[in-house]
Parts: sequence; C-alpha cells; structure tokens
Amino acid sequence: MTGVLELQDLQITQGQTRVVALDLTIAPGEVLTIMGPSGSGKSTALAAIMGTLAPAFRTTGRVILAGRDITTLPPHLRRVGLLFQDDVLFPHLSVGANLAFALPPSVKGRIARRALVDAALDQADLSGFAARDPATLSGGQRARVALMRTLLAQPCALLLDEPFSRLDAGLRAQIRSFVLSRIRKEGLPAVLVTHDPEDAQAAGGRVVTPLGIPVKL
Amino acid sequence: MITGGPLRWAPRLTLALLVVPVAAGLLGTLIPAFSNDAKGFRALLDWPGLSPAVWLSLTTGVAATALSLAATLLLVASLWGTRVFALIQHLLAPLLSVPHAAAALGLAFLIAPSGWIARLLSPWATGWTQPPDLLILNDPYGVSLTLGLVTKEVPFLFLMTLAALPQADVARRINVAQSLGAGRIAAFVISVLPSLYSQLRLPVYAVLAYSMTAVEMAMILGPTRPATLSAQVVIWMADPMLTGRATAAAGAVLQLAVVIAALLAWVLAERIAALVLIRLAEGGLRAHALDAVARGLAVLTGTATAAALILGLAGLAVWSVAGLWQFPDALPASLSLKTWMRAAPDLASTGGLTLLIAAAATALSLALVLACLEAEHRYALSPQTGALWVLYLPLLVPQVAFLPGLQIAALRSGVEGHWLAVAAAHLVFVLPYVFLSLAPAWRAWDPRVSVAGLSLGATPARVFWRLRLPMLLRPVLTAAAVGLAVSVGQYLPTLLIGGGRVETLTTEAVALSSGGNRRLIGTYALLQMVLPALGFALALLVPAMLFRNRRGMAVSA
Repeated sequence: MTGVLELQDLQITQGQTRVVALDLTIAPGEVLTIMGPSGSGKSTALAAIMGTLAPAFRTTGRVILAGRDITTLPPHLRRVGLLFQDDVLFPHLSVGANLAFALPPSVKGRIARRALVDAALDQADLSGFAARDPATLSGGQRARVALMRTLLAQPCALLLDEPFSRLDAGLRAQIRSFVLSRIRKEGLPAVLVTHDPEDAQAAGGRVVTPLGIPVKL
Repeated sequence: MITGGPLRWAPRLTLALLVVPVAAGLLGTLIPAFSNDAKGFRALLDWPGLSPAVWLSLTTGVAATALSLAATLLLVASLWGTRVFALIQHLLAPLLSVPHAAAALGLAFLIAPSGWIARLLSPWATGWTQPPDLLILNDPYGVSLTLGLVTKEVPFLFLMTLAALPQADVARRINVAQSLGAGRIAAFVISVLPSLYSQLRLPVYAVLAYSMTAVEMAMILGPTRPATLSAQVVIWMADPMLTGRATAAAGAVLQLAVVIAALLAWVLAERIAALVLIRLAEGGLRAHALDAVARGLAVLTGTATAAALILGLAGLAVWSVAGLWQFPDALPASLSLKTWMRAAPDLASTGGLTLLIAAAATALSLALVLACLEAEHRYALSPQTGALWVLYLPLLVPQVAFLPGLQIAALRSGVEGHWLAVAAAHLVFVLPYVFLSLAPAWRAWDPRVSVAGLSLGATPARVFWRLRLPMLLRPVLTAAAVGLAVSVGQYLPTLLIGGGRVETLTTEAVALSSGGNRRLIGTYALLQMVLPALGFALALLVPAMLFRNRRGMAVSA
C-alpha cells in the first residue's frame, strides 16, 4: 500500500529555537533530501515523522501518510520504515530471524513466513544466508539485510538517516543504488537525511534544509 | 501522549515496597520502646554493658568502613589499568557472593587459636602442642570482627567503584595530573577522587550503617561480654520474658540514633577531607615517594583480603570432610564424607527451603526492577536523586532498628513463620541490589534497537520480550544471581520474620557457630556459599550457551 507523505506545516521548536519547519508533499517513489550541518535538526525531523521525538521538543502541524493522520500515533502503528547509519541488525537473531521479525502478524504459518524471508534474501543476492549470524556478514551484506528487513514490514514510507555514511567509497555507490531502486520499485515516499551532496544528487529529488529552504547542489 | 497502563505505576509501587516496610518497622520498634513509661529505656540504661556495647558498635563500624574505603581506594589508585587490576575484577563477583556468615565462619576457622594459621605455625615456630588459651576470636576490642567486616566490604566497595569509574574520566585526568608533575597517588587523589567519591557516597554510608549493626558477623567474630549493641538487641529479643522485648526495642532505637550520629560525623569528616584536599591541590602535592609504598601496600591488602576469604572458605571445606584432625596437624589425618552423609537429609531440606525463599524474593524483585526500568524507558522518565535514596533506604536504616517492628506486624497478622513472609522480608533487601546491578547495563542498551523494532511494526511489549530482554540476558541473569546471593545470606530477616521456625542455611550456620562441631559448621557454611556461586556460574554459562553462534553477543572486554 503506497501513498503520499504530507508534512503539513510541521514545525518543531526546542526552547525558543525553531529547528524544523517543513511544509511539503512527497510523492510515491520520490526521495526528499534534507541537508544541513550536524545539529541542525535533520534527525529531529526524522524523529518527528517516526514518532520518537523526546518530550523536550514542541511540535505543531501534522504528518499525513497515505491519507492517515499519523501525527499522534505511537511509532509501531505508523508504518514508517527507518534505515540507520549502522544496520542495527539484532545481534542475538540469525539473519533469517531478523527478517522474520519484520513480517506482519497477518502473515500466518511458518512455511509462508519462511518463504517470504527466503524470497527477500534472494532479491538481495543473499540466498541461503537465513541461518547465518549477522556478525559474520560483510558491511555490504548487512546493509542489504537491513533494507530488506525494513521492506518486509510493508512500510508506507521510508526514512533514511545517513544510511550510507559508514560504508566505504566503493560499496557506497552500490548500496545507494540498491536502496534507491528498491524505493522507486516499491513506490514509497522517502526522506533522506545526509550531508553528502553525492547522496542528494543520486536521490534525484528536492533538497531542502531542516527549515525548508531549498539547497542548490 | 500515550497514557500508560499498569507499567507506569511500577516505579511508585516499587518505591512504596521499600519505604513502607522500613517506615512501618521503625514505627513498630519506636512504640514498644517508649510505651509503659519507657520502661524499655530504663532497663537499657540499667544494663551495665551499655556504654561498652555502644562504643564497640561505633569503633568496629567506623574502623571497618574507614579501612574498607581506604583499601578500596588504595587498590584503585595504585593498580588501575594494570594486569593485577584485571585479575581482581575477575575475582570480585565470586568473593562478593560469599554470604557474611560463611565469610565470618571461614575467618574464625582461620584465626582461632586452634585454627589453620596457628596449626601451620605450630609447633615449629610457636612451640604450641595444644591450642593456646588466647582470646583471638571474639576479642574484647572487636578486632577480629572489624577484620571480618573488611573482608566482606572491600569487594562491595570495589564493585561500586568499578561502576562509578567510567564517569570519573580516570585515564585522562591521571595523565594530565601526572604530566603536570604529580605522582600517581597524588594525581588520583586530586583529580579523580572528588568525583569518584561523590558517586561512592551512598554505598559508603550503607557500609557504615551495616558495619555498625551487623548481627551475624558480630555473633560469630565479635566480643561477647558485652556483645555489640545490635547483637545484644537480638539476644534480648530472644528473651521469652516480655521485658526483654521492651529493652530490645529501646536498644534498637538507641542503635538507630548511634548510626545517625555516626553518619553525621562521617559527613563532617567528608567536608574536612574536601577542604584538606583543596589545600593539598593548591600546595602542589606531588608525593612521588608515596607511589611505591602505596603500590606495595595495595598488593598486600588486596592479597590479604582475598586470601582471608579464600583460605577461610577452603578451611570450611577441609573441615567438612575431615576425619581425625588433631592439633597442630596442618591437615586432617584422614578424610571422610561421614559428616556430609549424616547431615545430608537436613542439608537438603534446609538448602531447598533457602533456595525456595531466594528464588521467590529474586523473581519478584527482578520483575519489579524490570518493570521500573522499562517504564523509565517507555515513558522517558528521568530517575530522581530521591529515588536513589529510597533504593538505599533498606541498606541505610539498620536492620535491627526496623525488623523488630516488622516482626510484631508479622506476628499480629499471623504471617510470622511462613516462608512466604520471610521471602517478602528478603525482597526489601534483595530488590535494591538487583536494581543497582541491572540498571547500568539496562540503561546503556542501544536505544536505536528499540526504534528499529518499533519502525518494523513491533509493539513496545514485543520489543521488550523479543529484543531487549534476550539481548540483556547476561546482565539480567547476573542481577538474578546477585539477588539470590543476597537472599541466601540474609540472617536477621529470616530469624525474626521466620519466628525461628523458618530455617535456612544461614540461620543454621549461625546457630551452629556457638557450638563446637566444626565439621557440621563446615557443611552448612560451604553449602551456603555454593548456592550463590552456582547462580553466578549459571549467569555466565546460560548466555554463553544460548548465544554460542552469535559473535555480536560475545562479552566485550
């Protein structure tokens, strides 16, 4: 299920300082890039969409996802997927169990769940990796598992929190194109936070600061 | 904002479970002490042993606290960052899990006139062919009691110091101070100690309150005529005449007052020490000469403390399997399992009940602590300083001051003598240790794992059960082992709330200590020590087994 992600006059203040001011609509398959120096409110904007903002922040405006107002929903009901700077794979679970964790409860039966996990591994060129310990995977493999895990949860939008910055240069372009092509294929509205202009260029969408000012690359 | 379910109330419920028994118990002690025209106080004042008993409580308690703190700081200051320091860290948990009674009995077997030290030195060095008639144990000045307390409190303070060190930025501060010309000890005292001590303060107060009022250690190692005030209060409480109970209550109130006075004096000493420290810093303290001496002294005290515990426990083990063992033979002439065989039925039933009580108290404590920590996480509650004080309340208020009142409440409500009532009383002491043991690891967990789980659509409950709890299995089980060890070691709550009818390994070991059957004492004390050790072993083994194929779950050094 896809749809547009609307940030309707989303304003976040910390004390007297306004750190986020965004008023825009992100189409399915579009990647909006938020750029700015560290501490400028990039991650705050993501946390607001995710629903994990610390109580010290004051938020006004609304977040509408695929026609649902998710502004006050708890994070696990928002259907917003998230990719971190690190892969944040669960270290105590096998690769397969990491993926299965993300499957919605509506997918019933061990065989059906197993089949979806295997299909996801195939799409990431990781066939047969289900039983592996995530700690034994390479950086690129881990990044792909993390993306597939996020997609298996069937999100309606995707947030990317500098997901390529820890990867080395060669791997970076490869993973970036993998992630971006998946987003376009699934038709998900996405928000990318980065301070790398190359990321923004590859994303191909609008580029703004956390305060909504367009950035020229 | 999401409004919380019952979880939101967990912290308040937990704090109440600590405050209410202590407060009610204190009240229940105060009332009989002052009722009947304060007859209890008059009887107390008429007791000729009063001032020596109070004096003993003060001197042994303050001396044990000062020595334990000094030894701990000396160890940290001169050995931090060395290989010996790493070794001590590994030895710490097993040493800490030894119950006070077992440690005291082990020490008694070591230093008694007929103990191992005298045997090893006789007859070649001492000329003794009979145990000498010396009052080493139960000496009137409480020296052996103080030593016994120090062997138990150094591991505790050391552990608390380890927990506090990461916040004290030790490496950089010592480096800077040393590069400015200070010796190692001077660098530690001036640049690390102030912030380290501010975090050690509550544990030190707990050590002071405990050392002044320890009952089982005083009964095993302490002077007898008179005993320390707390030990005497327990003797009065066992008095079948009701007058004894009033005297006991009055004694408990006096003991509380003495502890409060000692704590106030300690705070005053802290202030003076702080002023002295500033003077020393301004005076450009270098003290290079001190370093070598301190290092030697640190190794010596560390070894002596560990050796006293380990050799004492080894002595208990040897006695439990000793056949004929005459003075001054260093080892028994023959070994036999006869004592174990004969005691087996009693040991099994007593050990079983000990474990049952410990398991109940620990399970409930763990559930409450997990609920508190999870509520703190989910509702972004920030723990207040006041909450920390409440956590320490059962450790700061002397047991002997509030347990008698609690016993009366237990008597009135008819729960006295039931093992569940004993487990509930243990909870008051187990819970703070479980919390202190688990909280740092729980709070240090990467919050992004939780966000990742939520973003995948998992409910907060699923994140807790499937992600956080398994990932933190090791610290959770370690906290449970700590709880088990604390419960197994409880003497006074078991004795009083159990009304003498709930017999655990600890109450039996202490009861046996006044008799002379060293072989039987050995079996009880050894088993008392083995139960917590098993708990710690499981806490290490279970996660290692479960996560043997998960490199990301390996212990990071």
